[in-house]
Amino acid sequence: MEVIFTLVKVIVAFVIMLQMVLVLLWVERKGSALIQDRVGANRANIFGGLLPFNLGIVNTFMADPLKGFHKEDIVPADADKFLHWLAPIVGIIPLFLTFAVVPFGDVLILGDYTINLQAAETGVGILLILAMVSMGVYGVVLGGWASNSRYSMLGGVRGTAQMISYEVSMGLAIVAVVLTYGTLDMQEIARAQGELMWGVIPAWGVFYQPLALVILFIAGMAESKRAPFDLPEAESELVAGFYTEYSGSKQLVFMMADFVEIAIVAALVTTFFFGGWQVPYLYQDGFQFPGGWQVYVPSLLVTLMQIVAFLLKLFFFCWVQILVRWSLPRVRYDQLMDLGWKRLLPLGLANVVITAILILALQGFTV
Amino acid sequence: MVLFWILAVLTIAGALTTVLHRNPVYSALALVFTLFQVAIIFLALDAFLVAFLQVIVYAGAIVVLFLFVIMLLAVEPEEPLAGQLPLRISAGILCLLLVIELATLSTLPGISNMAEPMPEGFGQTAAVARQLFSAYMLPFELTSVLLLVAVVGAVVMARRKAS
Amino acid sequence: MINPYVALLMSAALCSLVAIIMVFASRIIGPQNPSETKLEVFEAGNPPVGTLRGMRFPIKFYLVAILFIVFDIEVVFMYPWAVIFRDLGWFGLAEMGVFVGILTVGLAYVWRVGALAWE
Repeated sequence: MEVIFTLVKVIVAFVIMLQMVLVLLWVERKGSALIQDRVGANRANIFGGLLPFNLGIVNTFMADPLKGFHKEDIVPADADKFLHWLAPIVGIIPLFLTFAVVPFGDVLILGDYTINLQAAETGVGILLILAMVSMGVYGVVLGGWASNSRYSMLGGVRGTAQMISYEVSMGLAIVAVVLTYGTLDMQEIARAQGELMWGVIPAWGVFYQPLALVILFIAGMAESKRAPFDLPEAESELVAGFYTEYSGSKQLVFMMADFVEIAIVAALVTTFFFGGWQVPYLYQDGFQFPGGWQVYVPSLLVTLMQIVAFLLKLFFFCWVQILVRWSLPRVRYDQLMDLGWKRLLPLGLANVVITAILILALQGFTV
Repeated sequence: MVLFWILAVLTIAGALTTVLHRNPVYSALALVFTLFQVAIIFLALDAFLVAFLQVIVYAGAIVVLFLFVIMLLAVEPEEPLAGQLPLRISAGILCLLLVIELATLSTLPGISNMAEPMPEGFGQTAAVARQLFSAYMLPFELTSVLLLVAVVGAVVMARRKAS
Repeated sequence: MINPYVALLMSAALCSLVAIIMVFASRIIGPQNPSETKLEVFEAGNPPVGTLRGMRFPIKFYLVAILFIVFDIEVVFMYPWAVIFRDLGWFGLAEMGVFVGILTVGLAYVWRVGALAWE
């Protein structure tokens, strides 16, 4: 029985991530169109308009991936065939896997069973996420190398250098979070944010670690090579950078990796700083507002609300990243490295040290 | 038990590919594969922290450095030199002797029943951390000096080449 | 109680399966018409210049990789420390302080010397 629950959780976590990606694809298209004062993609139709109705958004959801899958898969003549298909696989599997440790709810109580809504309940989820982010580099470096093209190679090496430069800052921001909560388990961190500060304000991470939030967000966006840090793609300079020579579904997979990373950064920010699935004042048996007012809510509804809250927050932070992408100009490569090593890294270190000192100094005080 | 044998075979296969393959990029990838298998073996032994650290640092950073160097130098797939055959044969024999020696030693009565049940919390982050920062504090601090030396050395050598 | 790593294994299997199907999808359902032009490497209309193997890469990439390893290891040591930090108290802070301090000296050196400059 436990096995079935675990299997369902695994599939649910995966589906959450996948549907996020599809939705983001559309949001990116339409959102960027909105920002740039144009209409965007609106020509997707089923059967060329034979049907009397138009499914609207759903068309674009399906059209982009389906189109991509049906394109021809071209591998350049001198390219390394084995590496050519290995690169997208190695690039995306680690990213898919991170969602196995993201908690999407508290507990689901079905009769005798209390199911913890986190697909893989290791005690060290954060380490897994870091490991997978580290492995994500291989997609880029192999993709660039495999195509045997100067543009791709250059894009690949620059992209890899960028990714590893910001991995350190990301790690430091997360160290600060771990310091604050004393655990490597994401579900526990989400739970710990259910308390109230001074009995009124929910103890979300953003109040404890604002600097870490900023660092994580910036480093996360740089890590996923999103604009304003999208030099390795550099659409107007290196064609498509390290995935120039990829077509059809392999190219789709690389682009998907982009969106999955957006979702990962959003999930991290949500869980560490904004309470994850927490709804303010909502506990297992209902609302308990400060001042004593209580509303009873059945447990299943509580779980549902928490899952919805998680999805909404996730979506919100993905939306913010898309906004940032279409608002800021691209950063120069040396500025990018500058930011990573000379500003975020010292800031991250200082943040950790200050947090540590504060924790020790304030021991005994409860906030 | 079955899991261990599967992992062992995979690890050895990966290691052999690393050493024997002509193309250095493939060797590096085989190294990543081997490291992954070792990490899973760590997981099977309940050493959770070390398993993930293995992936983060070794597979995720050090092999990336290897790949950079390989691509930087545009290392060609190597051709076997003439006259290497006697060397290869003797190397093979020595390796075989090593394997036989290790196998014999590990099944000797004094060593093979040395395993005891692990203390509570073995391999958990907290337990490892406690040991690391109390009993092993000096090696920990020395590690930082070692890393410092690595950084300074790398910078010095790189800049000498450039100027 | 299910070993949590079994769940991880299930996840890994699912992710791998989906990834492999996706990558090979266009080989399976897409057309396959290789032609001379299509197989060439893209260089904006000009025939490819020189070989890839002759490219000389700037050494700064190598430096970035080494710096990354060193600081990655530093961060990785910080994780166990952060988990039991409250138990270690001021002594633990001093310990990690020495560690971070030595490595910060390294960072400062690299910065001063200019190895971070021409990125």
